[in-house]
Amino acid sequence: MELVTPGIGLIFWQTVVFLLVLFLLGKFAWKPIMNALQERESSIENALSAAEKAKLEMQALKADNEKLLAEARLERDKILKEATDAANSIVETAKQKANEEGARMIEQARESIENEKRAAITEVKNMAASLSLEIAEQILRKELSDKNAQQALAQEYIREVTLN
Amino acid sequence: MKRLFVLLFSFLTLTAFAEAASEDGKFEPGAMITHHIADDYTWHFADGVVAYLPVILVDNGEFQVFSSSNFYNEAHELVPYNGYALDHGHIVKVDASGEPLADQAGLYDFSITKNVASLFVSVALMLVIFFVIAGRYKNNAKTAPRGIQSFFEPIIIFIRDEIAKANIGPKYERYMPYLLTVFFFIWFNNLLGLMPGGANLTGNIAVTLVLAGITLLITLFSGNKNYWKHIVATPGVPTWLAPIMIPVELIGILTKPFSLMVRLFANITAGHIIILSLFSLIFIFESISVAPLSVAFSIFMMFLELFVALLQAYIFTLLSAMYFGGAVEEHDHADEHH
Repeated sequence: MELVTPGIGLIFWQTVVFLLVLFLLGKFAWKPIMNALQERESSIENALSAAEKAKLEMQALKADNEKLLAEARLERDKILKEATDAANSIVETAKQKANEEGARMIEQARESIENEKRAAITEVKNMAASLSLEIAEQILRKELSDKNAQQALAQEYIREVTLN
Repeated sequence: MKRLFVLLFSFLTLTAFAEAASEDGKFEPGAMITHHIADDYTWHFADGVVAYLPVILVDNGEFQVFSSSNFYNEAHELVPYNGYALDHGHIVKVDASGEPLADQAGLYDFSITKNVASLFVSVALMLVIFFVIAGRYKNNAKTAPRGIQSFFEPIIIFIRDEIAKANIGPKYERYMPYLLTVFFFIWFNNLLGLMPGGANLTGNIAVTLVLAGITLLITLFSGNKNYWKHIVATPGVPTWLAPIMIPVELIGILTKPFSLMVRLFANITAGHIIILSLFSLIFIFESISVAPLSVAFSIFMMFLELFVALLQAYIFTLLSAMYFGGAVEEHDHADEHH
């Protein structure tokens, strides 16, 4: 029974001391501790969320960069294609021009050759004619020195004329 | 360190047994154990190392303050002093011949007993430790905890998150000072009670009565409309049952702190009794050969008591938080939790 009978003295001291400690610790220990814990937790939370935000921003930036890069790549391809096309067309035109020029020059050459040939032929013809005349004259002179021969020739001519 | 403890322990037990012997020299384990777990006007640290504590009496409105050493003569025998004497661990008014008076009315004992002195020591320890920790938090709020701070921080956070937030809800913050104080008060005093020479403070019914009483008062003062409605008109119970229900609910208000009071008192006192009984075995059998077994069991019990010291502090705090949570609960289905 002794054990379960609370003594007035201890009740008094326990109440006074406990309430005093509760007040002192509450004001000077628990309050700053709880505040500091809260502050630290919120600062950690903020840091984490800031990191998360930065990560998202980085991702957005990366996506942007990729888009820009893709665009640049497309642009480059376009420019390259255009340049190739231009180069091709230039080469094509040049080739065509060269071909045309070549053809023209060949034509000209052929023409001049033809002209030369014609001139040469004419000259040969003329020479042959004059040579023939000279030879004919020589022959005729020699032939017609004989009377019989002149007769025979005249007759042959007449025959030929009749036949025509 | 270990050797020191063993030495202290042997001193302590020797002291106890020296006093527990009855007139014919026979060992009385019951008397020794009762003496050990009860309050005292002197504080025996070891054999021959005794602190005589001040006696403070209020006798019919008159203060009497003197040292408890006045109750003992040179041979350490009890003697009356100034009309008062120690009788079975209590101060009583005596007549000239040293016989207790029939009329003891008007005598109130506010002495600084062993338990009160131990209370002062423990709260001084608490104040020093937690002021030091609070200083650390104030000066470097955002740095990682270190030293003693890093030992207590997880415990404080555990009480906040697992006990207060989980059981009280959004209004937990205003109960934090009480929950933290009561947790560390009980834990510290449980551990100090296990120390050699320590007082059995948390195993004293007056201490647990005050703690449970404060929990009750906080619960009653923070009780909201739902809480009182639940008591005077329990939802879902027919009105004609009210004459039964209201007394039952009112008793329920008191049984909660009563269970808190008894649980802490009984657990701590029982632990002390078991350890002391185990040591008594040596003297009951009057054989040193029992000692190894006694010591082995006592060591096992000591470890168990270290765990119980923490467990009881946790349970007291947890149940207090649950009672506060029940008192401030907002939603209408208050009976869900019963």
